[in-house]
Amino acid sequence: MSPLLTSFSPVSAALPMSSLMTPAPMSEAASAVAPAAAEGVFSLMWLIIVLPAIGAAVLLLGGRATDRWGHLLGAATPIASFVLGVVMFAQLLGRPEDDRAVAVTLYDWFDAGAYHVEMGLLLDQLSVLFVLLITGVGSLIHIYSIGYMAHDDRRRRFFGYLNLFVAAMLMLVMGSDYLTLFLGWEGVGLASYLLIGFWQYKNSAAVAAKKAFVVNRVGDMGMALAVMLMFATFGTSSFAGVSAAASEASVSTLTALGLLLLLAACGKSAQVPLQSWLLDAMEGPTPVSALIHAATMVTAGVYLVVRSDFIFNEAPAARTAVVVVGVVTLLWGAIIGCAKDDIKKVLAGSTMSQIGYMMLAAGLGPAGYAFAIFHLLTHGFFKANMFLGAGSVMHGMNDEVDMRRYGALRPFMPVTFLTFAMGYLAIIGFPGFSGFWSKDRIIEVAFAENIWVGLAALIGAGITAFYMTRLVLMTFFTRRRWAEEAHPHESSAVMTMPLIVLAALSVVGGVLALGDWITEWLSPVAGIEHHEAGLPAWVFTILITVTVAIGVAVAWVLVGKRDVSSTAPANVSVATKAARADLYGDAFNEAVLMRPGQYLTRSLVYADNKGIDGTVNGVGGLIGGSSGWLRRLQTGFVRSYALAMLSGVVLVVAALLAVNLA
Amino acid sequence: MTTEPFVVLAALLFSIGALGVLVRRNAIVVFMCVELMLNAGNLALVSFARQHGNLDGQVAAFFVMVVAAAEVVIGLAIIVTIFRTRRSASVDDASLLKY
Repeated sequence: MSPLLTSFSPVSAALPMSSLMTPAPMSEAASAVAPAAAEGVFSLMWLIIVLPAIGAAVLLLGGRATDRWGHLLGAATPIASFVLGVVMFAQLLGRPEDDRAVAVTLYDWFDAGAYHVEMGLLLDQLSVLFVLLITGVGSLIHIYSIGYMAHDDRRRRFFGYLNLFVAAMLMLVMGSDYLTLFLGWEGVGLASYLLIGFWQYKNSAAVAAKKAFVVNRVGDMGMALAVMLMFATFGTSSFAGVSAAASEASVSTLTALGLLLLLAACGKSAQVPLQSWLLDAMEGPTPVSALIHAATMVTAGVYLVVRSDFIFNEAPAARTAVVVVGVVTLLWGAIIGCAKDDIKKVLAGSTMSQIGYMMLAAGLGPAGYAFAIFHLLTHGFFKANMFLGAGSVMHGMNDEVDMRRYGALRPFMPVTFLTFAMGYLAIIGFPGFSGFWSKDRIIEVAFAENIWVGLAALIGAGITAFYMTRLVLMTFFTRRRWAEEAHPHESSAVMTMPLIVLAALSVVGGVLALGDWITEWLSPVAGIEHHEAGLPAWVFTILITVTVAIGVAVAWVLVGKRDVSSTAPANVSVATKAARADLYGDAFNEAVLMRPGQYLTRSLVYADNKGIDGTVNGVGGLIGGSSGWLRRLQTGFVRSYALAMLSGVVLVVAALLAVNLA
Repeated sequence: MTTEPFVVLAALLFSIGALGVLVRRNAIVVFMCVELMLNAGNLALVSFARQHGNLDGQVAAFFVMVVAAAEVVIGLAIIVTIFRTRRSASVDDASLLKY
């Protein structure tokens, strides 16, 4: 029995196993950490999800009556959930290490023959971290939105959608079955669609929302197929049931499951080849970009991979695919980030890239799961911080997003600048800041796995340093390139307060790794495994720091020392053009998928119109035409009828005679 | 006694009646021609009854006469009504019931 498969117990009595497989024997390692039944404060676990759900229901159904206080209720519900989450986290901390998973079954969701799904929640070491991240960062972003959306007369609806998102995301991470996870998965997809298209009167926002929805649908198909495959093979889709059965299943089944789950993760986490929606998703209000498209929803794919460790541990081919996707995306996103002038799109490219790091770590198996989650948490802090900072800059600059129209904003927005600087230092991995701890671990473990993967991750860190330095220089330093009517000013306290909190978290987020706390904490869920890279850790630290320093220096030479033009130069290298066009991701989709699809549907419509409709209409027309012609026989003249009768009789008699005489 | 001349006569009368129905326009004449055909049929029935030596044909002839009498009543009534409304007894004028 692998010591890595320690997350769930086979509750064989409650799980109807498919007759296709023999019931898994009770494994001692797994039964050691059976989720305990909920008691005490944990029996209120459902409230964490239900509070924001009620908030969404009240705000969306209450109509204009709730306009005056809607934003306050909207901000209060995630805060209440956060408080509950903190209490439960403290309780879990107080429990023994092998007893930190608590499950609660709310009711039977459905019971169809051999397929039985319970509406159950699971709070363990992994999901509690997500609950804290979602409700914690979510609360700060709700508070920030009170100020950011103050002048929008649909603010109440905005908060309704945000609450809906938080509820769905909590459902996603707390569900104890792949199907309950899928419920939240679709819920966040819907909320993301509603929020990207929140300003739907802008055509670009409506199109971006649709694009995000359609691309996510491709990934969701993978998720749906994975659940179906689980049911067909294991007869259950609960985490406990699948993890118990996975050790008995064939490698090919597990590989197929792993690849389907990876497809799902690619859709939600904007990984290559389903990356194209994330950059367009920046059409939504900036708090949405911070909450959904940086800190929480896009990390759902990483959660899915880590949660499905019992599948990926046994399927090396699927894990390799995860690593490949992660490496490609981390470079892809970083390259795009270098060429964009839209501040939010640079951050979006950076998000893709950072999630690529997490996927890369998750693909490395038990050696990387904990680091993936660690980077996910620190990234949640510093990326939310920077997105909100970008929103604050836009707020002070009449919603200008082009960095070429910024410059020298540092003295006008001191708080925004300082908090943004903390996020900047964290993401490039400046020693001591949170990103330094989390990214270093991933690069180190990547080198231990494979020298090329490690090199790609190292180069990615260098490019990250380059584009983030470019962003900070173009926004806060260099010369003024403002539009004439711009009057930059610092945002109100309700917006800067969340920035300060997130900046503090970006700085100190690294404490989670003190004494390998996070690795130890997650070990019952994700397993633990140390890879030795052959070189001492300080060598990697120096290597990474030097690479980052080179990236910063290059940005300083190319951007900081030169005069930045206020319009994008048209005469640029092929590489820049490619990066500006998102490395032709959209062009590829259009040429390879959209155009042939359009041709196919057009030819099908043509065949339907001309072929099938033509046949049916032709038969009808023929009968109609000939009957119209035959109708002319009814002349109304009695004598012609009589003649017809006589001729008929003569004909019949003649025929009879002919037969009789023959 | 052979019945052949009677049958030939019946055939002749029937043909004259049919021809009359086809070529004449006056409704009264057409009506009389129809009667001629009916009576030609009666003559044939009676002749064959005689030839076969049973009464079946004669019984049938009586039925035909009764039906013909009833038909005359209805038919003449229709013709008179049409003449009253349209001032014409031509069958070609009453051709409204068509496509």
